[in-house]
Amino acid sequence: MTDVDIAIVGGGGAGLTAAIYASRARRSTVVFERKITGGQIATTDLVENFPGFPEGVNGFDLAQLFVRQAEKFGTQMVYEDVTSLEREPDGRFRLATGAGTFRARAVIVTAGADYNRLDVPGEAELTGRGVSWCATCDAAFFRDQDVAVVGGGDSALDEGLFVARYARKVTIIHRRDSLRASQILQERVRANPRFAFVWNTVVERINGTDQVESLDLRNVTTGERSSLPVSAIFIFIGQTPNNGLLRGLVETDPGGHALVDLDMRTNVPGLFVAGDLRAQAARQLIAASGDGSTAAIAAEHYLDQLGD
Amino acid sequence: MADVRELTDATFETDVVKSDLPVLVDFWAPWCGPCRMVAPIVGELSEEYAGKVNFFKMNTDENPQVPTKFGIRSIPTLLIFKGGDLKGTVVGFRPKGDLKKRIDEALA
Repeated sequence: MTDVDIAIVGGGGAGLTAAIYASRARRSTVVFERKITGGQIATTDLVENFPGFPEGVNGFDLAQLFVRQAEKFGTQMVYEDVTSLEREPDGRFRLATGAGTFRARAVIVTAGADYNRLDVPGEAELTGRGVSWCATCDAAFFRDQDVAVVGGGDSALDEGLFVARYARKVTIIHRRDSLRASQILQERVRANPRFAFVWNTVVERINGTDQVESLDLRNVTTGERSSLPVSAIFIFIGQTPNNGLLRGLVETDPGGHALVDLDMRTNVPGLFVAGDLRAQAARQLIAASGDGSTAAIAAEHYLDQLGD
Repeated sequence: MADVRELTDATFETDVVKSDLPVLVDFWAPWCGPCRMVAPIVGELSEEYAGKVNFFKMNTDENPQVPTKFGIRSIPTLLIFKGGDLKGTVVGFRPKGDLKKRIDEALA
């Protein structure tokens, strides 16, 4: 059993920023991260809208700077999963983790969200063999080949532009007839001759024996079916909040995001949620960082009031 | 001391196929974030399995042949060899505990 003041679950932008603030407030702080520090930005090649970097910055590199900064002030990083979160009668929290049980006086859950899957035949079987959710990981293997990107938001276009550096042709498949992405990305994509668009269309099936060979498509307005030969499909269709730990404890919105006030406080005293996991998040790194600092400051006030 | 040596298309035959000990190869590239996250874990594993498994890393940007031969289309990918045969494949980032399990399974 390890006792800490503040436990932070999730080492992405929100969690690491919260850790900087919590540890600078001289509270014993631990951040649990089960996969990759930085979360969604760890796989982003170039983050161009985080203030302070006019030339943009590699997502993984930026995340490592966050980690260094948090550790500098005393944050302990624990690279394990948190499997359960419970509130004890005395108001403290008990966390079951891959590194044993931890007890914390306050908890900030910054577990973010995971990429949505298409949930179509062929997707699971061909994951890692042409089916990908990470352009920076896999785009280079499809040099001079034809690939598809599914989605119409910032991620789809941003990552699509990265893929287009290698691919011969990038077909963007979107279920509506207009893109949601920010204007600047739409401009860049339209100006790039490697892009083709298939509107009002969904992917019904991913085909291939050892690797992706083609996609079965269906136009949702006409019902017409077609086939698109591609070597890879990059999927960027949104995210699902990682709210498993909050179940039975924290009130959430219909989409599963934690309901919080302006101080990132949930309905449970001492329990805060920040970043993509909270309701009405802007889903931007800078917003997640902002949330993280707010939550840490609020957690510090909470501990102050407890007289700890 | 972490001991993960560089493997190339040219040295694959000697270092992997003809190796007495089982071999783990970590396929990576400089622009791949998750690969950089896996690298220190592979380093730690190389210490823990010292004398039992040889650890190598291969830059897929610089070495086209071996990755193509094994159909690698996503990184990070770890391949585990024993007696020159491929015994295990791990695609994507996995935490250390998972990797240990996969290595032990492949070598059983």
